[in-house]
Amino acid sequence: MPVNTKNRILPSEITPPEVYFNRRLFMQAGLVAGAGLALPAAADAIPAAHRRLGELRPSPFSTDEAPNTFEEISTYNNFYEFGTGKSDPVRLSHRFNPRPWSVRVDGECDKGGDITLEDLLAPHPLEERIYRLRCVEAWSMVVPWVGFPLGDLLKRFEPNSRAKYVAFETVYRPEEMPGQRARIIDWPYVEGLRMDEAMHPLTILAVGIYGVELPNQNGAPLRLVVPWKYGFKSIKSIVRISFVEEEPPTSWSLSAPREYGFYANVNPEVDHPRWSQARERRIGAGFFAGRQPTLMFNGYAEDVASLYAGMDLQRQF
Amino acid sequence: MRALKAAFFVLALLPGLLLLLRGSGLVSPGLGANPVELIQDTLGLWGLRLLLLTLCLSPLAWLLRRPWPVALRRMAGLFAFAYILLHFLVWALLDQALDWPAITEDIVERPFITIGVAAMLMLVPLAVTSTRGWQRRLGARRWLQLHRLVYPAAILGVWHYFWQVKADIREPLFYAVLLAALLLARLYHRRQARL
Ligand code: HEM
Repeated sequence: MPVNTKNRILPSEITPPEVYFNRRLFMQAGLVAGAGLALPAAADAIPAAHRRLGELRPSPFSTDEAPNTFEEISTYNNFYEFGTGKSDPVRLSHRFNPRPWSVRVDGECDKGGDITLEDLLAPHPLEERIYRLRCVEAWSMVVPWVGFPLGDLLKRFEPNSRAKYVAFETVYRPEEMPGQRARIIDWPYVEGLRMDEAMHPLTILAVGIYGVELPNQNGAPLRLVVPWKYGFKSIKSIVRISFVEEEPPTSWSLSAPREYGFYANVNPEVDHPRWSQARERRIGAGFFAGRQPTLMFNGYAEDVASLYAGMDLQRQF
Repeated sequence: MRALKAAFFVLALLPGLLLLLRGSGLVSPGLGANPVELIQDTLGLWGLRLLLLTLCLSPLAWLLRRPWPVALRRMAGLFAFAYILLHFLVWALLDQALDWPAITEDIVERPFITIGVAAMLMLVPLAVTSTRGWQRRLGARRWLQLHRLVYPAAILGVWHYFWQVKADIREPLFYAVLLAALLLARLYHRRQARL
């Protein structure tokens, strides 16, 4: 699998920790811009309440594109469990309490069961993975995730030979998630991956951004990140992981099967029925930046195109 | 009547003014991580709301048996048109950055944009002929006939909104029901007038 192994520097390395994790709510963006070349003004405004996640390993999979700011990443979200507006998740997620947390693992595996978040995370060293994120709505960001390969976790449960797919489920807590009180889609939100997609080294479970724990609105405490697929595949606040034999149902393809498929690979040549996927607006690029071209598999074609060899991507979208 | 018009003028200006204030940092919250989208959506939404409000005014006058709602009709309609025109300009200038191939492709290939453009084009002659001078030149009958274009424009406007929304159809549904009620009210009123 060709992997770009240019040695890259972690934003948390180039920026002194007292700057990267500023105690004050809003710090001088200029200071950060001066300190970190790959990180212009990006580490601004990380509220002190976000707990820092120890040592992070850099990853050869990280892009060297400039990450979006913490503020952009944590105030512009699609997380319908908290409301359909982009600013609903940050406004309406304060009652959500992701601790304690446990995940049920079941289906076609030998070592399933309920596992606490602490036990789930314990064996996995955390990495920083700076990935492009492409939303199906034709906007994009660059996010410095903190996480570890999903495949490393799945192996611990010893999936059997009937495990062809992995299904995921988001927590259902209407009392803490106001968006779930309206039947916009059928709750709980469900997603799924083919086994080879789930085991791919680019696919991670994330527990943080910018070196701190995930804010509620970004899918605390545990979420999927599949950078070559549209954002809605990267299911948030996961409480269940099931190994299954048949392609599992996924929320958006249930809600609008003509518009959203199981695969949802970023593909500039397959338009959404209502809008073009050929170009995207990069969040933070500025008023007059217009749109930039969308890349096949969101720029990860070298790493993942082989997973789909022989498939008709126009039909299996 | 003058005070009423002045008050309405200020009110109708507020959504646009608020965008300017939020954009300039004088009012918080600002325009967020995707200001172009926020501005475009806000303008489209207020264009649609004002267009539907314009259509509410005549039935309101019949109900209340008062002339004042009708006195606001022209201004409401012109504000609706202004917001819709700005909605379009923000789309072309900022969202598409005047990328003409992309603009024409979207207009031709995206039905929700096609009907948005059709709706906007229908409103152009109405805005142009909204003056007394044009009313006189066209004559009452022809002027009224022309201005019936506002109904297809409103239908297409609501449809356009319905079409681009993802999953949460509550607000466009509300406008669709409102518009249907307004159209029925018109039909009923005409019937009554003819009898
Ligand atoms: C009578 C004419 C029109 C009305 C009433 C109207 C109204 C609206 C409304 C209410 C929305 C939804 C805003 C939201 O999501 O909150 C919208 C979205 C949109 N309109 Fe229009 N519109 C009109 C004409 C046009 C025209 C002429 C264009 C461009 C050629 C256009 C392009 C768009 C686009 C691209 C969106 C989606 C924006 C996004 O994805 O965020 N509209 N419009």
